[in-house]
Amino acid sequence: MNWMQFVWAFVIGGAICVVGQLLIDIVRLTPAHTMSTLVVAGAIVDGLGLYEPFIKFAGAGATVPITSFGNSLVHGALAELKTSGPIGIITGIFEVTSAGISAAIIFSFLAALVCKPQG
Amino acid sequence: MLKGHQSWEFRNRPVIIGTATVVGPDEGEGPLGNEFDIVHGDLRIGQDSWEKAEKKLLEEASKLAIENAGLTNDRVHFYVGGDLMNQIISNTFAVRTLNIPYLGIFGACSTSMEGLALASLIVDSGFGRNVVAGTCSHNCTVEKQFRYPTEYGSQKPPTAQYTVTGAGVAVLSDRGEGPVVTGATIGRVVDMGLKDPFNMGAAMAPAAVDTIAAHFRDFNREPGYYDLIVTGDLASVGSEIARDLLVKHGLPMQQTKYNDCGLMIYDLKKQDVQAGGSGCGCSATVTYGHILKRMRRGELRRVLVVATGSLHSPLSYQQGESIPCIAHAVAIESGGEEQ
Repeated sequence: MNWMQFVWAFVIGGAICVVGQLLIDIVRLTPAHTMSTLVVAGAIVDGLGLYEPFIKFAGAGATVPITSFGNSLVHGALAELKTSGPIGIITGIFEVTSAGISAAIIFSFLAALVCKPQG
Repeated sequence: MLKGHQSWEFRNRPVIIGTATVVGPDEGEGPLGNEFDIVHGDLRIGQDSWEKAEKKLLEEASKLAIENAGLTNDRVHFYVGGDLMNQIISNTFAVRTLNIPYLGIFGACSTSMEGLALASLIVDSGFGRNVVAGTCSHNCTVEKQFRYPTEYGSQKPPTAQYTVTGAGVAVLSDRGEGPVVTGATIGRVVDMGLKDPFNMGAAMAPAAVDTIAAHFRDFNREPGYYDLIVTGDLASVGSEIARDLLVKHGLPMQQTKYNDCGLMIYDLKKQDVQAGGSGCGCSATVTYGHILKRMRRGELRRVLVVATGSLHSPLSYQQGESIPCIAHAVAIESGGEEQ
């Protein structure tokens, strides 16, 4: 087992959160804008082909923060582009992320059946 | 009658014959917890929505205030009130059950003193003998409407304020025992171009100072006339700015004591309320629950309450507009003595 992987996951994952906190506190973005900015940043990094090596290096430190969602969107679209042509850009966007999105919808529904929404 | 440029002097000295304050758990745990008439341990107050809970706060406070004044609903001529909800539903829905002729007003968090000033005007002019002024806010309804859904758990910066869960109601009459309202200064809308709804104290401070300066100019008074001057909900950031601006205006504030209801209602060191309290209920519960009790005990004789309000809407903020602010001042003096 490579123990340094844990260290890097911790440091890199934390560093991404620090960037988010700085966007809120210094750039004064709203929480929603901060989240969107990180998603777009992840998408751009993957578009440049750099997110995969980043995940190999930092592991969960790169896959758990929201930037990885942007990576997954672009990654799915590019993979499908290769196999199905240009239409794949449309069909592939949610290829990788569909599990996460579907889970969010289904578990939200199940939670709403037994819990009282607070808002 | 009109005094100076933007003030009213109430020669007939309307009497605050009854008050009531109803608050939530955080306010009950604060330093003024024992001063409120009803403290609810449950933020929902047994209701199935936050909006219903806010309405319930005001219903309870209104009924209790009228009872404390020794009146019945049919002897109250008018109710003047407002709150922070869209279409001021908390007041409208609460008054639905009271069967009292109703004037709905909106002045954001300055509604407490706007209502008290207007109610005093009605009583002073003889157009009503017993008039009620009421307002309320609820932490969860206001946070949801103006900021983020509560369950979203969005971070708040330390300059943000914590909306008070509470309702404060006062009954004014042309006769009776109690502190009297001797004057009011109606504020102008002041907009210094600030856009951050998480720092409303800083946005509102210039409005408070503008109204305080106008009050002293109109009445030809100095701060020393009052034993205490309180602003509504500037909290720690805004009240410091107000202090500095008052000095810059050349007002000798050292003659008197200055405080802010947003700092008085919570223990900022122990309670997680960022810069302090805000909301219509903040100045209303502190004034009617704490300050008037001190006046009745003889600890304070003359007090100037300057309720401050941010007049933005969630939509105006989202469209990048700055925050217009206002402050209304009401002078309250101990009753039972002629000037």
